[in-house]
Amino acid sequence: MKYMLLIYGAEDAIDDNEREACYGKSSQLAHDLKASGQYLGASPLHSVSTATSVRVRSGKRMVTDGPFAETREQLGGYYVIDATDLDEAIGIAERIPGAAWGTIEVRPIVELPNLPTDAT
Amino acid sequence: MSMSEAATRPMGEIVEDVYRAESRRVFATLIRLLGDFDLAEDALHDAFAAAVEQWSRDGVPANPRAWLVSTGRFRAIDIIRRRNRFDASLPVLAEQQGTETIDVIDWDEDEIEDDRLRLIFTCCHPALSPDARVALTLREMCGLTTEEIARAFLTPPPTLAQRIVRAKAKIKNAGIPYQVPSHNELPDRLDAVLQVIYLVFNEGYSASSGESLTRADLSGEAIRLARLLIQLLPDAETMGLLALMLLHESRRDARSSADGDLVLLEDQDRSLWNRDQIAEGTALVERALVTRQFGPYTLQAAISAVHAGAQNPAATDWAEIVGLYDVLADADPSPVIELNRAVAVAMRDGPEAGLASIDAILDRGDLADYHLAHSARAELCRRLGRTADARTSYERALELAQQEPERRFLKRRLAELDTLT
Repeated sequence: MKYMLLIYGAEDAIDDNEREACYGKSSQLAHDLKASGQYLGASPLHSVSTATSVRVRSGKRMVTDGPFAETREQLGGYYVIDATDLDEAIGIAERIPGAAWGTIEVRPIVELPNLPTDAT
Repeated sequence: MSMSEAATRPMGEIVEDVYRAESRRVFATLIRLLGDFDLAEDALHDAFAAAVEQWSRDGVPANPRAWLVSTGRFRAIDIIRRRNRFDASLPVLAEQQGTETIDVIDWDEDEIEDDRLRLIFTCCHPALSPDARVALTLREMCGLTTEEIARAFLTPPPTLAQRIVRAKAKIKNAGIPYQVPSHNELPDRLDAVLQVIYLVFNEGYSASSGESLTRADLSGEAIRLARLLIQLLPDAETMGLLALMLLHESRRDARSSADGDLVLLEDQDRSLWNRDQIAEGTALVERALVTRQFGPYTLQAAISAVHAGAQNPAATDWAEIVGLYDVLADADPSPVIELNRAVAVAMRDGPEAGLASIDAILDRGDLADYHLAHSARAELCRRLGRTADARTSYERALELAQQEPERRFLKRRLAELDTLT
């Protein structure tokens, strides 16, 4: 099964040095997952201060500054993994550095049959 | 099953007996083989329906359980084929089911026994909400109907039905595995199972009088579950939990009066205590303690066993109880345990010492909304002759108490204070 692991946390929970260290550990985890055949994708996201929200209502596009929801804990990055079951996915979520200060939301992915395969 | 027995008893009754003894095991195995709770349930019912018909003709098979699993599996293939006419996404599953056949003669008993463990661990998976774990366990493990569970938990049946449907959907869509957790996860996962069992028990034990009948059944189910769990996976804390439940249960007849009023431990008629349950519970505590791997349930059971061993309240070994609370507070620190320890200290050293401990907890801001903290404080104040303080605390407890028998008890205590002043 495929799962998306969404990393939520307060953006001020770590400073710049800790963030750099976190990127390093997260990249290592991505390589480890690749080696075990469980890696499909991962990325950190820039701060929510860079977020732009887009809605189309009655055919009219509305663009606003800011994230979908103003909350203290924000989406800061994600992994997409391949795991046999939820227990395995939880085991991987536990290894994400952000789990130590934020929350990892584990979401099973709906696999649509007719999506394009990997971008090349 | 002898021929003469088969000849004298209607097949419907015989199948009903087999249903009672085997249906949960067959169900647990079918879930593993079919990978789907709902399909397994349909297959189970079809298999039993087929049994009534075929056993009447051919006699009861040598291994009814194997027959039912095998029949249930073939019925499931039929069900899938029928559904396939309406749903094109399922043919792969039907093919898988068709190519494997279950070997009825050479099946692995251990694997089959493990199926019920798999079922417990899946129903009590931490990714499910606590409410859903309880409902699923009672439904799938104990075989209670949705209506029975709803009645016992005073929940509208549609709410409960929806809770179960959602939980099953989560098991399927989130990929909650049907397996016994790995060795390093086992302690945490077992703890989650024990929590569910204890919750079911307490729901049945702390009952209001009106519902006492249905709810006593719930305590019985919890005890049955713990027995089964010990049989499948012997563990000190499971023994401790079973002991704790048996020792509590032993006082059921003594803890409320004929008109449903609460009777405190020290006022209970100890001749009403169930000696068999006390003996079994005490033996289990001892077995759990010698393993040296016990935890909070075993310690609580040990405390309960000290009470059970006292001929009368005055003969209670309070020093032993305070000592056990000290160990418990170390293993599993919580304000509620501190409160219980304070009450034991009051019994050992006098009300003043106990009151100081309770006030320390309340001054910290802990247990401010816990009615038993205020009623315990009131009780000690009353013994010390501090009637006004006792009244204030009883009144606070009454504001917070939910259960009708407890509220009646507190009102009675307040009325008694009035006669003192």
